[in-house]
Amino acid sequence: MSGRPALPAAPATDDLRELLPAIEPDRQVTDWGRSERVEGLLDATVYEFLYHYWFRCEVEGIENVPATGGALLVSNHAGALPPDAPMIAKAIKEEHPRPRPVHLTVEHFFKGYPGLAMLVNKIGGVPAHPANVHRLLDDEQQLVLVFPEGRKGSEKLYKDRYRLRRFGRGGFVEAAMRARTPIVPIAVLGAEEAMPIFAHVGLLQRLTKLIYFPVTPLFPHFGLLGTAYLPAKFRIRFLEPIPTDQWGERPWDDNGLVQTVAEDVRARIQDELIDLVSHRRSVWLG
Amino acid sequence: MRVLVTGLSSFWGGRLAQALERDRSVETIIGVSPEDPTCELERTEFVRVGLQHALLRRIVQAAEIDTVVDARLVVDSLQASPRVAHEANVIGTMNILAACGGPDSPVRKVVFKSSAHYYGCEQDDPAFFTETMRRPHPPRTRLESDIVEAEKAVDGFAERNPAVTVTVLRFCNALGPDLRTSHTELFALPVVPCMLGFDPRYQFIHEEDLVGVLRFAVEHELPGVYNAAGDGVLALSEVASLLGKPPAPILPPWGSSLAAAGLRPLGIRVPDEVRHQLRYGRGLDNRKLKAAGYSYAFTSRETVLKHAEGLRARSLRRGEAEPYRYEREVEDFLRWSPSVRRKGTV
Repeated sequence: MSGRPALPAAPATDDLRELLPAIEPDRQVTDWGRSERVEGLLDATVYEFLYHYWFRCEVEGIENVPATGGALLVSNHAGALPPDAPMIAKAIKEEHPRPRPVHLTVEHFFKGYPGLAMLVNKIGGVPAHPANVHRLLDDEQQLVLVFPEGRKGSEKLYKDRYRLRRFGRGGFVEAAMRARTPIVPIAVLGAEEAMPIFAHVGLLQRLTKLIYFPVTPLFPHFGLLGTAYLPAKFRIRFLEPIPTDQWGERPWDDNGLVQTVAEDVRARIQDELIDLVSHRRSVWLG
Repeated sequence: MRVLVTGLSSFWGGRLAQALERDRSVETIIGVSPEDPTCELERTEFVRVGLQHALLRRIVQAAEIDTVVDARLVVDSLQASPRVAHEANVIGTMNILAACGGPDSPVRKVVFKSSAHYYGCEQDDPAFFTETMRRPHPPRTRLESDIVEAEKAVDGFAERNPAVTVTVLRFCNALGPDLRTSHTELFALPVVPCMLGFDPRYQFIHEEDLVGVLRFAVEHELPGVYNAAGDGVLALSEVASLLGKPPAPILPPWGSSLAAAGLRPLGIRVPDEVRHQLRYGRGLDNRKLKAAGYSYAFTSRETVLKHAEGLRARSLRRGEAEPYRYEREVEDFLRWSPSVRRKGTV
C-alpha cells in the first residue's frame, strides 16, 4: 500500500469547481439557506406590488448585467429598511433576458438576531464574509450584490440623501479581483425618499440591540405600520461593467490600485446619482 | 500494512477494524482501548491498555506497526464527562503521539480523527469552512478547546516527523442507526428541538461514510487536514421535515444556557457545543477530500433520510438481537485454538 503513487498537489481551481455538491432536485433550500418557497411567496406578493405599483421601478442598462459567469453588483444604499436590494433583484428577474438569482451580502449582525437570522438567509442574504463572496463569485459563478457603504448608507439622515458614504476599505474590489469577475456599478434613485430617517434614538437601539433605531415618517409612532414605504418613484440604472482582469496577476496585492478602483466605482455611482436627481421633476412622479 | 487502531471500543474504532479485516493487504490489526470492544471482530487483536505511552510504544515496536489510526478522540459531550474528555483528548493524544514518534519508530502514517468542532460556531463564521481557515475567535467550550489543543499536538508531531504522513480528518456531525451522539438523541425526541428565531445550517455525514473516510485515509497518502462532510448543507427546518417531526423552539434566544440546564432533568441534554450549533450552525467545504479521490456514499439529505428510517425501525428492532459482549476466553479460543477451522485457510 505504501507503494501507491503520491497524490497530486493542490488541484486547480477548475477541478474544485466541478466538485461542488450536485443540486438535489427534491430540496427547496440551497446550501446557503435560501428558500425557494419563502422567496417565491415574498416575490409574488410584496416585491411584485412594490416593484410595479408602489415604486413604479424604471430600469436602464439591464444589458450591463452579464448573462453568465460571476459578477459583483455594487450599489448605493439608503432607507431605514433598505428597499433597494429587493428592487435590484426584482429588476434583474423582470427585465433581464436571462434572469438569475441575486445573492445579497448582509452584515453578520443578522445571523445573530433571533427572527431575522431565520428570515434573512431564506430570502437570499449571505453574511458578508470574504470567503462567502469568493465562493459565490468564483466557484458558483453567481451574481452578488454588495453595498460598500454598509449601514453607514442605510442609517444616514434625510439631509444627507444621495451623498455616498465612504466605500469601506475596498474589500469588494479585492473580492472581484480575486474571482476575476466584473464589477457592475448601480445607481438607485428613490430609496432615500421611500423610508427617510430624521433622527436616531440611541437608548432604544441599545435596548432592542438592533443596529440602529430610527425615527422615520411612520416609525416608531405608528408601530408596525412604520415598515410601510412612501411611494417614491424608483429609477435603477445599471452602469457599464468594469473588468477586473485587466491589471495582470494578483492585482489585489496592490493596495493603492484597490483603493483607486473603489474610489472610481464610487465616483461613477455618485455622478449618475447627481444626473438622476437633476433630471427628476418630482420625487413621487419621477 | 500493519495497523494499530486506538479507541477500539468506540463506534468508529470498532467499525474501522471490521472494515480493515476485509482488506487482505492489511496483515495485522491491533486494537487498543481501556474498555472492551463493542462489536464482533474476527482477526483484530485486542489489547486492553490505557493511554500510557511507554506501553503503547512497546506494542508499536514489537508489532512493527506502520499505520496508526487514532479514532479515540471524544467529540461529543455525551460520551464522557468534561474531565474524562480532557484527559482523553489532550493528554491521550500527547501519549499516543509520543508512542509513534522517535527516530527508531516503525510508524510511517498517523491518521487522526478530529471534529468540525475545531472550527466552532460563531456569528461571523464563513458559510463554508475550508481546511486552511482558522477559527475567528478562541474556543468557547471546553470540548472545543480540547480539540484545538489536540490538533496542535498533532501538528507539532507532523513538523517534527517529516517522514511520517499525518492525516487529520475533521468530521461534521455524524448520523446513523448505530450511532449515539447528542444529535441522534435530540432527533429521537418526538419533536426536533431548536432555538426560537434561528434556523441554523447543518451538515451531516453517514456512519458508513465516516468509516469509509477513515479507511480511505489508511489506504491512501493524504498528508494534511481534510474536512469530512456529506454534500449539501441543510437548514434545521429541512432536517425536521425530513425526519417527519415538527420543529419545537425549546430554547430561548437569550438565556439559552439556563434553559438547557433546566431541560436536563427532563432527560434532554443540550451540551454547549450543540447549543452554539443550534444558534449559528456550520458548513464545511468538503471538496479537498473529494479532489483526493473519495466519493461520499450519502449526501447530508440522504443521511438524514436514512437516519429517519433507522429511527422508525428502532422500536421494532429493540430486543431482537442480543448486543455483542466481549469475552476474552471466547475470543482467544476463536483466534488461537488449533481446533477452530478458519475460513479460507483450510
